[in-house]
Amino acid sequence: MKEKLVLIGNGMAGMRAIEELLDIAPEMYDITVFGAEPYGNYNRILLSPVLAGEKTIDDIMLNDEQWYADNGIALHKGKKVSTVDRRNRKVVAEDGTTEEYDRLLLATGSNPFIIPVPGHDLPGVISFRDIYDVDVMLESSKKHKHAVVIGGGLLGLEAANGLMLQGMHVTVVHLGDTLMERQMDAVSGGMLKKSLEERGLNFLMNASTEAIIGEDRVKGVRFKDGLEIAADLVVMAVGIRPNMALAESVGLHCERGVVVNDTMQTYDPKIYAVGECVQHRGETYGLVAPLFEQAKVCANHLAKMGIARYEGSVTSTKLKVTGIDLFSAGDFIGDDTTEDIVMQDAGRGVYKKVVLKDNKIQGAVMYGDTVDGAWYFQLMRDATDVSDFRTALMLGQAHLGDSGHGGNTAAANMSDDMEVCGCNGVCKGDIVTAITTKGLFTLDDVRSHTKASNSCGSCTGLVEQILASTLGGDYSAAPHSKPMCKCTDYPHDDVRKAIKERHLISIRAVMDSMQWKTVDGCASCRPALNYYVMATWPAEAKDDAQSRFINERAHANIQKDGTYSVVPRMWGGLTSPKELRAIADVVDKFDVPELKVTGGQRIDLFGIKKEDLPAVWADLNAAGMVSGHAYGKSLRTVKTCVGKTWCRFGTQDSTSIGVELERLSWGSWMPHKFKMAVSGCPRNCAEATIKDYGVVCVDSGYELHVGGNGGITVRVTDLLCKVETEEEVYEYSKAFMQLYREEAHYLERTAPWIERVGLSHIKQYVEEDADNRKALAARFDESQKYAQIDPWAERASEGVAEHEFTSLKQIG
Amino acid sequence: MSDWIEVGTIDDIPVLGARVVSTADGNIGVFRTADDEIFALRDECPHQKGPLSQGIVHGNQVTCPLHNWNIELDGGEAVAPDEGCTASYPVKIEDGKIFLSLVAAG
Ligand SMILES: Cc1cc2nc3c(=O)[nH]c(=O)nc-3n(C[C@H](O)[C@H](O)[C@H](O)COP(=O)(O)OP(=O)(O)OC[C@H]3O[C@@H](n4cnc5c(N)ncnc54)[C@H](O)[C@@H]3O)c2cc1C
Ligand code: HEM
Ligand code: SF4
Ligand code: SF4
Ligand code: FES
Repeated sequence: MKEKLVLIGNGMAGMRAIEELLDIAPEMYDITVFGAEPYGNYNRILLSPVLAGEKTIDDIMLNDEQWYADNGIALHKGKKVSTVDRRNRKVVAEDGTTEEYDRLLLATGSNPFIIPVPGHDLPGVISFRDIYDVDVMLESSKKHKHAVVIGGGLLGLEAANGLMLQGMHVTVVHLGDTLMERQMDAVSGGMLKKSLEERGLNFLMNASTEAIIGEDRVKGVRFKDGLEIAADLVVMAVGIRPNMALAESVGLHCERGVVVNDTMQTYDPKIYAVGECVQHRGETYGLVAPLFEQAKVCANHLAKMGIARYEGSVTSTKLKVTGIDLFSAGDFIGDDTTEDIVMQDAGRGVYKKVVLKDNKIQGAVMYGDTVDGAWYFQLMRDATDVSDFRTALMLGQAHLGDSGHGGNTAAANMSDDMEVCGCNGVCKGDIVTAITTKGLFTLDDVRSHTKASNSCGSCTGLVEQILASTLGGDYSAAPHSKPMCKCTDYPHDDVRKAIKERHLISIRAVMDSMQWKTVDGCASCRPALNYYVMATWPAEAKDDAQSRFINERAHANIQKDGTYSVVPRMWGGLTSPKELRAIADVVDKFDVPELKVTGGQRIDLFGIKKEDLPAVWADLNAAGMVSGHAYGKSLRTVKTCVGKTWCRFGTQDSTSIGVELERLSWGSWMPHKFKMAVSGCPRNCAEATIKDYGVVCVDSGYELHVGGNGGITVRVTDLLCKVETEEEVYEYSKAFMQLYREEAHYLERTAPWIERVGLSHIKQYVEEDADNRKALAARFDESQKYAQIDPWAERASEGVAEHEFTSLKQIG
Repeated sequence: MSDWIEVGTIDDIPVLGARVVSTADGNIGVFRTADDEIFALRDECPHQKGPLSQGIVHGNQVTCPLHNWNIELDGGEAVAPDEGCTASYPVKIEDGKIFLSLVAAG
C-alpha cells in the first residue's frame, strides 16, 4: 500500500511542494490536502491586480479543482484543521473530518497582523490576504467612497492603488516617515511617495492610529494627535505573523515560526513544514521565491531522495504598481563598515544606490530606472568582487543595450504590443499573459512557454524585468546553487570538481557517481559532460558522438533546410590559388548553391547535402585544407590584418603571428566558441578588441586583450597585460585558453566567465604567476596532442562514423 | 502482414542515435534508445520541420537540432509546453533485424 501524505494549508508553498513531488515521485504517496479557504490553489500575489481590476479570480487560479481530481489528490476545501494527533498520526478538521498520515506537511502561511485598537473588529475593517478580503474590498468600493489603508508597506500600497483604481478616495496612513522602509531608503521612499501622490493617493505620515470609530460599521479613524478622518473601509496592512497556532497547540517546537532544519523537517521527523509559517536558521520569509526553494527541497526529502538542502535565501522586491519602477535587495542602508555608491538624477526621476562591503555588493535600492536590478542582484548573490569595474557599476551593465529588441531597455515603459524577443517574435503582452494565466514563476518557465529569450538570449534581461514586475520579485534560484539542468541538483562547478577529484573519464561514470536523476541525461547536460570529461582527461576520455550537437557530430553546420555548410580553415585568413581552385572545383562538382566570405576571413560553402560531406572534404583535404571548426564549441578563427609586411603603419608581423596562433590552437574544444585576432598596430583593423583573445601589436611589443565579444552583447576586451616577445604571445594565449577550458561552465563565453570570476583572477593565474602560466600552457599542449586530428580527413578517407553520412535504407 | 520492410539491423544504429530511411515521400528517422528500443518517426519536427534524426536522443525522447523541442519517440508527440505531433511508424524487431511499416500509426 502507498504511504499517506497529508498537507495542511492549500496555499502557494504547500502546493508547490506537492507539484515538485509529483514531478519526481508521482506514485509514492496517496495525497490529501486540507485548505481553510473554499477554493483550489490560487496565486496569492496576483490578488493585487485582481483588486486593481486588471485580472479576475479565474485568471489567477494555479490548480483548480479539476487538477486535484486529475492527479488523484483528495482536496478538503473549506475545512480548517483543528488538531493533529501526533501519536496516532491523525489530522482532525473542525467539522470532524479525519485523515491518517505517514508524513505530514504543514504550510499554514501567515496571518495578517491586526492592531488591537478599539474598533478593530468593526464591519468594514479588513486585512489584505485572501480572496475573501478582495471580495469585501471590491464590494465596498461600489457602495462607499472613503478608504483608509493603515500601513505604507508593499501590501498597503498595492491595496491603496487598487482601491484608488476602483474609484475610491484613498488615504494611506503610515507610522514612520518613509514608505516601504523595509525596501526603500529615505530618498527613494520620498520619490515613490511623490509619484503616488501625483496619481491621486493621499498620505498621512508619522501617524499613529488610536482608534477606529463607528457603531455598526466603520465611520472613521482617530489618531493619537487627535486628528480624525472619515472612512467607510479600513484596510490593515501592517505586517504578517507566521501562522503557527496549530503547530504550537500540538507541541511542535516554534519560535517566531515553526522551526525546521535544512531538510524542512520540524522537530517531529514525520512532520515537514514549508512557507511563511516556517522559521529556518532564524529567518522567516514573506516572498514567494524563497518559499519555492523550500518547497523543492522538501519535495526531494518527501520523495526520499535525501540530497537537497535549503540553506536560506536572499530576496529582492519590486512593487507591482503599474508604471512605478522600483527595486531593492539585501542591506541597502549600510553601516560603518560599508561604502555607498549613489547616483541621483532628479530631472529624470532616477535614483540608484549600491552598498558595498570589501568591494562586494551587500544591497541595492533603485527608483525610476531598475534596468540593472537583476544584474546587481546577481553580483550580490555571487559575491562577485566588483573592484575591477567599480567605476562602471553605476553606469549599468550594457546587456540591455543589446541588439535585437529595438533598443528597448526598460520593460516598464513598453506597451503590450511591443516586441521583446526579436528572434521568436514575442511581445510584452504575450509574456505577461503567459505569466499570469499559466502560473509561471521562473525565467525557464517563461522560456519554455513563450520561447521569449529562448534563442539568442539577448532579451533575457527584459524578460526578467517583466517577470519581476508582474510577480513582484526575483524568482530565479541563487545562481551559485543553480543545478546544471533538470537531470541533477549539482551546479557546473561541483560537477567539474568531481570529474577531476574522482577521476571520472566518461559521461556514464559522472552520471553514476553523481546520481543523475535521468537515465541518460538530456540534450543540455550530455554535451556539457562530454566536454568536461574530455577537457579534464584528454588522454583517457573518449569522445561520445551521440552527446554532441549535430554540428559537432557531423563536423558541419546544419542549416534550416537540413543541408549543411562547410568552412575550410584558412590559416590567419591567408589563402592560395591552389586552395581557391579546389574550392571552385568543389562548388562545380557538387552544385553548391551559395559561396560566401565569412566575417572570420574564410569561405563558407552553403547547401551541401549530408551524404556529400565526406566527398567534399576529401577534395578539400587533397588541396591541403582541413576543417575550420566553424561548427564547434572550439577554436574558430584567428583574424589578422596585413601587418608590417605591407601596411605602412604596421609595427609587427601580425599575419604570421595570427597563422602561428591558429596552428597552435586549432582543433581544441572549448566551453564555447573561441575567436582570436591580431592587429598590426593600434588602428586595430582586425578588431582584436572584441575577440576572446586579441593581440594588438605596438612598436615596443604586444598588448594582450581578453574577454571581448561582438554580436548580441558587445563587450570590449580587458587588457590582460603587455609582453615583449612573440613567444610570450603564444605562451600567454595557451595559458589563457587552458584556464578558460578548465574553469568556465559549458556554453559560457570568455566575456561572461571573466565577469563572473573577475579579471584579477585571470591576471593572477596567467600573468603574475609564471610557474602557473607555464603549467597551464603545458596542459594545453598535452591536450592538443589528442585534439589536433583533422575530423574531415578521418571521415573522408578513414571511414570514421560512416553511418553518420549514409542512409540506413532507401525505399522506393 | 505483408507490408513490413526490412531496413537493417539494430547494430547499424548507434546507441542513443538515429539513422535515416529515405522514401519516395520524405525521410523517416529510426531511433535507438539506451535499452535498445527502436522507434520510427517522420524526420520532420512538428515545429519547423527540423530533421529529428539529427537530434540528441535521451530517455525516450529526441531533442530537435533546430530549436530544441523535445519529441516523444513513442508516438511523436511534442513534450509540453510545446504542442504538435509528428507521424510515427510501427517497428518490429526479429533476430536483431529491424522491420518498418510505412502505414503511419498516427
Ligand atoms: C496581496 C498580496 C500580495 C503579495 N505580493 C507578493 C509579491 O509581489 N511577491 C511575493 O513574492 N510575494 C507576495 N505576497 C506574499 C505571498 O503571497 C506569500 O509569501 C505566499 O503566498 C505564502 O505562501 P504560503 O503557502 O506560505 O501561505 P499561503 O499562500 O497563505 O497559504 C496558506 C494556506 O493555508 C491555509 N490554512 C492555514 N491554516 C490552516 C488550517 N489549520 N487548516 C487548513 N488550512 C489552513 C490558509 O487558509 C491558506 O490558504 C503577497 C501576498 C499578498 C497577500
Ligand atoms: C550568440 C549568438 C550567435 C549565434 C547563434 C551565431 C551563429 C552563427 C552560425 C550558425 C554561424 C555559421 C554559419 C554557417 O556557416 O552555417 C556563424 C558564423 C559566424 N559568426 Fe556567428 N553567431 C553568434 C554570434 C556571433 C558573434 C558575436 C560574432 C562576431 C562578433 C559572430 C561572427 C561570426 C563569424 C565571423 C562567422 C563565420 C564563421 C567562420 O568563418 O568560421 N557570430 N554564426
Ligand atoms: S591594424 Fe594597423 S597594421 Fe594592421 S592593417 Fe590596420 S593600420 Fe595596418
Ligand atoms: S548567421 Fe548569425 S546573425 Fe545571421 S541569422 Fe544566423 S545567427 Fe543570426
Ligand atoms: S524545427 Fe524542431 S524545434 Fe524548431
